[in-house]
Amino acid sequence: MSVTIEIPTAFRRFTDGAPKVDCSATTIAAALNELTTRFPDLSKHVRDESGQIRQFLNVYLNEEDIRFLGGEACCLKEGDRVLLVPSIAGGCR
Amino acid sequence: MADHFELRCKECGKTWGNAPRSFCEECFSPLEVSFDYTSIQQKVRREDIASRPFNMWRYSEFLPLPEGFAPPNATGGTPLVAVRKLAKRLGVKELHVKNDAVCFPSLSFKDRVVATALAAARRFGFDTVGCSSTGNLANAVAAQATQQGFDACVFIPADLEPAKILNTAVYGARIVRINGNYDHVNRLCAQIADRFQWGLVNVNLRPYYSEGSKTHGFEIAEQLGWRLPDNVVVPMAGGSLIGKISKAFRELVELGWVEAKPVKFFGAQATGCSPISTAVKRGLARFEPQKPNTIARSLAIGNPADGNYAAKQILQSGGWAEDVSDPEIVDAIKLLAETEGVFTETAGGVTVGVAQKLIREGRIGTNETTVLSITGNGLKTTDAIASEFPLTEAIAPKLEAFEAYLDGQLTAASAIAGAK
Repeated sequence: MSVTIEIPTAFRRFTDGAPKVDCSATTIAAALNELTTRFPDLSKHVRDESGQIRQFLNVYLNEEDIRFLGGEACCLKEGDRVLLVPSIAGGCR
Repeated sequence: MADHFELRCKECGKTWGNAPRSFCEECFSPLEVSFDYTSIQQKVRREDIASRPFNMWRYSEFLPLPEGFAPPNATGGTPLVAVRKLAKRLGVKELHVKNDAVCFPSLSFKDRVVATALAAARRFGFDTVGCSSTGNLANAVAAQATQQGFDACVFIPADLEPAKILNTAVYGARIVRINGNYDHVNRLCAQIADRFQWGLVNVNLRPYYSEGSKTHGFEIAEQLGWRLPDNVVVPMAGGSLIGKISKAFRELVELGWVEAKPVKFFGAQATGCSPISTAVKRGLARFEPQKPNTIARSLAIGNPADGNYAAKQILQSGGWAEDVSDPEIVDAIKLLAETEGVFTETAGGVTVGVAQKLIREGRIGTNETTVLSITGNGLKTTDAIASEFPLTEAIAPKLEAFEAYLDGQLTAASAIAGAK
């Protein structure tokens, strides 16, 4: 199964310039973990010390804020797009 | 001459000079403009201010303006109205309305933030400016952009009130209507700013934009005779204004222009979109986003960019936050209009309605000085109150017809008085 994670310009220096990263995760949590395993420098910008998604990082699944979709546990299906947007809003659970 | 201000990360403190960026590239937290107050002290004294025209530019040294900046418009400088009849009705001794409903050119406090944003846009060489907006910001960007020779492209939720869309279209701005709520629009604008490198005032120019709000606070202090109020009630959408009023007061204290004193900040939201007031009332470290459902469209931001900062500031000041229902908002608009002749939009109804609630709850002291931030004009949201004022029956153009009408009115009035 293929899911795409869209990387904002600000994060591309951690993904060797890649604007999109494909992964085969079945949940948002797994997708983010796959991303940070593949690109460890991105890790501290995605999660804080307690393991939560960082306050100033917004995560969207196909245009919808994941906080309205059950958070990281939200399931993914084939063709889904996960979008990372830094700091447009001040909170992420 | 070098700038006396620069961008600084609110979380890690790293500085970034001056550039069209809104978040730190180290930790991706928001940036804020940080000033060298010693330098401001050297540039201007309080006595110098009095001789300047009464508009927002009298506080230029406190704003992130490039060297040699010449203000294009007289924006801000709005009345601080002593609302004695409203004060009596609410049972408080001293109440003022800071009336940005009459701010030039587009009748909301957004004119202030657009003014500083466009100064930055000019400095950074943008030809096209824009914004994501619930209405007032689009109006302000469209009006000021065209006057200053920028192209403007604004992004709005497709179902925004017709008056607000018209009030933007008339200036010739390109309007892009988005099938979604403001939060969808805002997220899209973050992506657009990333891709197209336009000057989106509340996205990549946000730190410069938000500093314009301080002038609302500077004016309050000056109009009170260079003193700070005890309480300020501020409507919250993205949560930026309340923080910048606080920053303005702190800066005046820093420079010794006003006496230091504790000021309580009270945040006002609509119950149908109350992520920040809920966070305050429940003591949450991080707000929970909401899907907005309220007539107060200008406050309908379910994912407020400065929500956590606003909540923290409110609690640290010893203030509180409340929210009011749509019917309460309408009643409050009418109350302000009927007592003081000030016609505000739904956001202003939220502010007055919440102030009323806070006074009743005993959170705002009745013997204290309180200022209500009225941020936009009632002509922008007439849809919200139209049903309260159905058209009366017309009469013939004859004296007898009017006499009969008057008779009828007086009879009805004494019947109501008798029934009481």
